Amino acid sequence: MLKNLTAVCVLAVSSATLFSAIAWAQETPGETKKLKIISSLPLTGSANAQTTSVINGIRMAIDEVNGKVGDYTIEYEALDDASPQRGNWDPAVEAQNANKASRDLSVVGYIGTYNSGASKISMPILNKAGLVMISPGNTYPGLTKPGTGEANEPKIYRPTGKINYFRVVPTDDLQGVVAAEWAQSMGVQKVFILDDRELYGKGIADVFEKRSKELGIQVLGREGVDPKATNFKALATKIKAVTPDLVYYGGTTQTNAGQIAKDLRTANATPSFMVPDGCFENAFIEAAGDANVNGSAYITFGGLPADQLTGRGAEFRDLYTKKYGQEPEAYAAYGYEACKVLLEAMARAKTKDRAGILQAVAETRDFEGVLGKWSFDANGDTTNKVMSGNTVENGKFKFVKVLGK
Amino acid sequence: MNLATQGFLGEYFLGMTMAQATLVENVAMGWGHVLSQQLITGVSNGMIIALIAIGYTMVYGIIELINFAHGDLCTLGSFLALTLVGALGMEAWAGLGGTAAVVTLLISAALFCAVLNWSIDRVAYRPLRGKPKLALLVSAIGCSFILINIALFWGGLPMEVFGGGKAAAAPKDFPSLISNENLLGAHSAITVTWRDLFVVMVTIPLMIGLTWLVKSTRLGKAMRAVAQNPTAAALMGIDVNRVIGSTFLIGGALGGFASVIYALYNNTISFQMGYRTGMDAFTAAVLGGIGSLPGAVVGGIVIGLVRALSDGYIEARWTNSVVFAILILTLVFRPSGILGAKLREKV
Repeated sequence: MLKNLTAVCVLAVSSATLFSAIAWAQETPGETKKLKIISSLPLTGSANAQTTSVINGIRMAIDEVNGKVGDYTIEYEALDDASPQRGNWDPAVEAQNANKASRDLSVVGYIGTYNSGASKISMPILNKAGLVMISPGNTYPGLTKPGTGEANEPKIYRPTGKINYFRVVPTDDLQGVVAAEWAQSMGVQKVFILDDRELYGKGIADVFEKRSKELGIQVLGREGVDPKATNFKALATKIKAVTPDLVYYGGTTQTNAGQIAKDLRTANATPSFMVPDGCFENAFIEAAGDANVNGSAYITFGGLPADQLTGRGAEFRDLYTKKYGQEPEAYAAYGYEACKVLLEAMARAKTKDRAGILQAVAETRDFEGVLGKWSFDANGDTTNKVMSGNTVENGKFKFVKVLGK
Repeated sequence: MNLATQGFLGEYFLGMTMAQATLVENVAMGWGHVLSQQLITGVSNGMIIALIAIGYTMVYGIIELINFAHGDLCTLGSFLALTLVGALGMEAWAGLGGTAAVVTLLISAALFCAVLNWSIDRVAYRPLRGKPKLALLVSAIGCSFILINIALFWGGLPMEVFGGGKAAAAPKDFPSLISNENLLGAHSAITVTWRDLFVVMVTIPLMIGLTWLVKSTRLGKAMRAVAQNPTAAALMGIDVNRVIGSTFLIGGALGGFASVIYALYNNTISFQMGYRTGMDAFTAAVLGGIGSLPGAVVGGIVIGLVRALSDGYIEARWTNSVVFAILILTLVFRPSGILGAKLREKV
């Protein structure tokens, strides 16, 4: 009896060793069968609801291919590029994430960032590593388009001279323009413009100001604010005194757009309040308080809100709602689309080689995605130009019209 | 005082304003109105800063510690207040109930912050007394981080007032329990609301009470003695640890009051608010003369006014630079702050 038991044990151990040896031999002949996708988005801070939704979108895209492309298993890791001290994206953390992704050779794709300023940090790092980067949220034009930002942009982000950065959202040089045109069509004659002094906020406010002047809208003032101020009552008084029809704030929920909307109401100032897509998340309405934005806030967005998506977009929305039990935030579809494009390119490239995958992503043409049919142009921008104007009703975003067609 | 100013300047522009008020719905403001309005905003903001600054200055006065956790203590006070608003359904308390709601919030937050501040001293600072000052400072910074993270966790509670707990880190809207109606009438160019009055009506009695406590009570006397020389005070039979504990209790209670006033005045709270309010209050304490109670009040109001005037007349983005330029200039010419040298009344 004892003898038998020993024999069984020996057999079990040796077979286990044998199997693991076989498994090991299969896995490691110089070729790893795992490829990794990393995303870098601000998870700590008020963008959390939005970015969690983006991550859900990315996960959906990976689940749809059962986590496999060809013979490779796809692993996904969601990194946070925000820090609790800032409650917003942090340059140091973003640099860390980019370096981590560059060094890990199994990483073949970097989905991020949410904030344009953060991409300024990671683009050159990833460019040197030859790693493809697809942003679901950056809208600052200078990142890709020569002549729209600083003189040395976008060259400084591409130290190797090759393009490795792509985005699936239309840029602010388009969004700022349609915002000003929308304001004019609503009868706005006098506007006061604010920005948060960040790359994205200041950039889009500049475009809005330029277009407003071209349209003959009177710009009563232009100011950069301190986004961390406890309130903006003094600023609200100053604005109230010059009686604009509209206050435009180039900023995000994280740079306190909600408090500005609130303090304008508290000061009994009556202008409407217009903000760009950085505020197109429920956290903005929560921060401002329903009563302060209902019917008086206008939000432009470089795409269509989830409830306006049709065709494949509608399928995505329904699937998402079923899977996660709530409607996707505005950028979820972009996270999904970014990951989908990457996976599709990997399938075409049939390689685990970064350069090959990068090449395949750049060659994306007539991609049939949730946002319609689009391609990447020579700068790495999407050819998609559908944007929307939205307002707030009963504490919820409400689609008003398609802009910029 | 600001009411008087605004009355005077208001009259100056009365004729013009009334003519315009009938023409346009959005009442135009003359420069006098704007200035008065900015002064009102400045004083209200300044009073809140002052209340928090007292917490810094009291602790510094008695154990020479810059209590970095103080601003974040106030954050937790606000979170408690919002939790109570949600749990007790205070938004629906109308009329006298509204007043009861505000009083309930003030008292609960004050008690909560007092006990919490005392506990922080007991656990994190008291064991380090007599050890190198740097250890105490690092301990304070550590406490600050712990409190910030507690607030972050707290904001994720699945309550309606916290946005259902979906986004722990998002700024939270604090319901307007105090009316925003203009006391000068809906058509007045200047807006003075119950909120502005509330800030002043709560803050001034608190400051008077504190001054009385420090000047005229046994405890106050003991506090002053410990501030001057802890060893000598101990030799005279004063229980130094108990006195320091009381200082933390009182400073915490004032922080608790400030946190509710802040929440009701600004209508937004977030887990990070302690950083900026703490920074402003600490600056106010240094500007007024750290260790001096009247100094903290003067410093707070000066900073509130400078902020409002800079936002209104220079440009919002220069405001921080202006505040700190004034701080530096003051310290160059009066190293111990505005009231630091003359009234060496350490607590």
